[in-house]
Amino acid sequence: MGRFLLRRLGQGAVSILGASLIIFVISRLSGDPVALLVPADAPQSLIAEIRGRFGLDLPLWQQYLIFLGRALSGDFGNSYRWQMPALTLILDRLPATVELALCGLVFSVMIALPTGVLSAVHRGGWIDRIGRVFAMLGQAMPAFWVGLLLILVFAIRLNWLPAFGHGSAVHVILPAIALGWYPVAAQTRVVRSAMLDVLDSDHIRLARALGTPERLIVWKYALRNAAIPLLTMLGVYFAAMLGGAFVVETIFAWPGVGRTVVEAVFSRDFPVVQAGVLFTSILFVLSNLLVDLSYGLVDPRIRDAR
Amino acid sequence: MRASLKGVPWLALLVLAAVLVCAALGEAILPHDPGDLDLGSAFLPPSWLEGGSLAMPLGADNLGRDILSRIMAGSRVSVIVAFYAILFSGGIGALAGMVAGYFGGRVDAALMRLIEIQQSIPSIALALILAAALEPGLSTVVIVIVLTYWAWYARIIRGEIMALKGRDYIAFARVAGVGTPTIFLRHLLPNIFNTLIVLATLQVGQVILFEASLSFLGLGIQQPDISWGLMLSDARQYITNAWWAITMPGIAIMLTCLSANVFGDWLRDRLDPHLRQL
Repeated sequence: MGRFLLRRLGQGAVSILGASLIIFVISRLSGDPVALLVPADAPQSLIAEIRGRFGLDLPLWQQYLIFLGRALSGDFGNSYRWQMPALTLILDRLPATVELALCGLVFSVMIALPTGVLSAVHRGGWIDRIGRVFAMLGQAMPAFWVGLLLILVFAIRLNWLPAFGHGSAVHVILPAIALGWYPVAAQTRVVRSAMLDVLDSDHIRLARALGTPERLIVWKYALRNAAIPLLTMLGVYFAAMLGGAFVVETIFAWPGVGRTVVEAVFSRDFPVVQAGVLFTSILFVLSNLLVDLSYGLVDPRIRDAR
Repeated sequence: MRASLKGVPWLALLVLAAVLVCAALGEAILPHDPGDLDLGSAFLPPSWLEGGSLAMPLGADNLGRDILSRIMAGSRVSVIVAFYAILFSGGIGALAGMVAGYFGGRVDAALMRLIEIQQSIPSIALALILAAALEPGLSTVVIVIVLTYWAWYARIIRGEIMALKGRDYIAFARVAGVGTPTIFLRHLLPNIFNTLIVLATLQVGQVILFEASLSFLGLGIQQPDISWGLMLSDARQYITNAWWAITMPGIAIMLTCLSANVFGDWLRDRLDPHLRQL
């Protein structure tokens, strides 16, 4: 297990390093950040001075090495726009994004687990069929549109829930549903097929033969095994939530990393974009790493094979 | 296709055909000029509501523009983006997957590392930086989607090729002195063609969602061009005044994606059932 862990950690580190290079190169492809900071008629000397101050006059590879060295010590530079350290800005917003992603995850599992179980138990029945229709519909609706519809119905028409803001528990409900909506279909499928497998296994047949109540068989003995694939995949779904958060946070004015980065993109605020995207990537890689490790823990064949 | 017509998803095909017709004919069949301002009919509700008019069956937006005409005109962007994005991501991905799968070794390892690195950045985040670095617009949207999706093709095609290259007829061809380009074109490509078609069809819905999301964020299609995502981004500002401006373009997105997915699923089951876990 120790060697498997080390190798996966190493791969993760390489991925993050590569991601940092991609992020750096792309964000410098075009667009002069200085042009956005100074008025159009600014004298050349002022532009040159600002370039020098931010290190924008050096060759790109030097800028990258400086960027990497500083990033490793937690320094992403100051936000051009807010005049404060980009890392502080991102770290301030990170808890809100993690909170939203976790709530979205809880919502999707709360829907997917019972739906998956019931679809498997009543295979081909009406729950199974309705579940499949909803899955097809869900895959065809963009998260931002789901968010807008939720605002339209629950905030504007019914006036039950707030559409914007952050702070109390009710504020997180609509954004969490919008974010958790998309992965429900995939999760339901995972639970359903795992459940079908388990229900067909020997220990369940034995329990049936012994006359154990069906409710106990399904919700205790079978679910305990059928939930494993979903649990090991939770990291993947959490990572997907981080990606979706960019759009959902923008719609619901949620003060998280996603919205901050989207705003920074419009003002070409490179330090904030770089810090935000790199942080999301690190969380992304870590979540996927956790998935692999949990697989390795559950199933020794995987850790030996890789 | 040698198959019978049983089980063909006619409804889905009908929707897709309607989208294609709107995109191809454009102005010729639109009931109104989609850019035509008519402040007198601003926020005109759909025809079945009180105050609605049959002249604008789905109602009008804040500037009195006919929503049905704008949805029909917006299909063009969806079709163009889907066509080029799928052509290039499929082409690049298939080539990379074939090369990696066929030659193996270092080439393969390098490609897999590259895919791993790229997938460590959430695709929408990658899209955000790219869209900011390049000029936002139709070609940027295509580039973003190609960069996001080529790896998906490359991975699957690589797997197919690795299974194919152990077959006897490939070994015979090599021994008989057939050149590598010929092996690729004559012996490998025809065998992965079904997979490519299925992957491309399944990608249509995702491309449409991606374009809409980017345009909605303001990083995709720009005014005065018309796209469904951009329409929703506009309508968001007067969401309290006109619910139809929020729902109608979204329904267009949903129906198109749904139809593409249903058609893709059907095609997969017919042509390439072993891809079912996708």
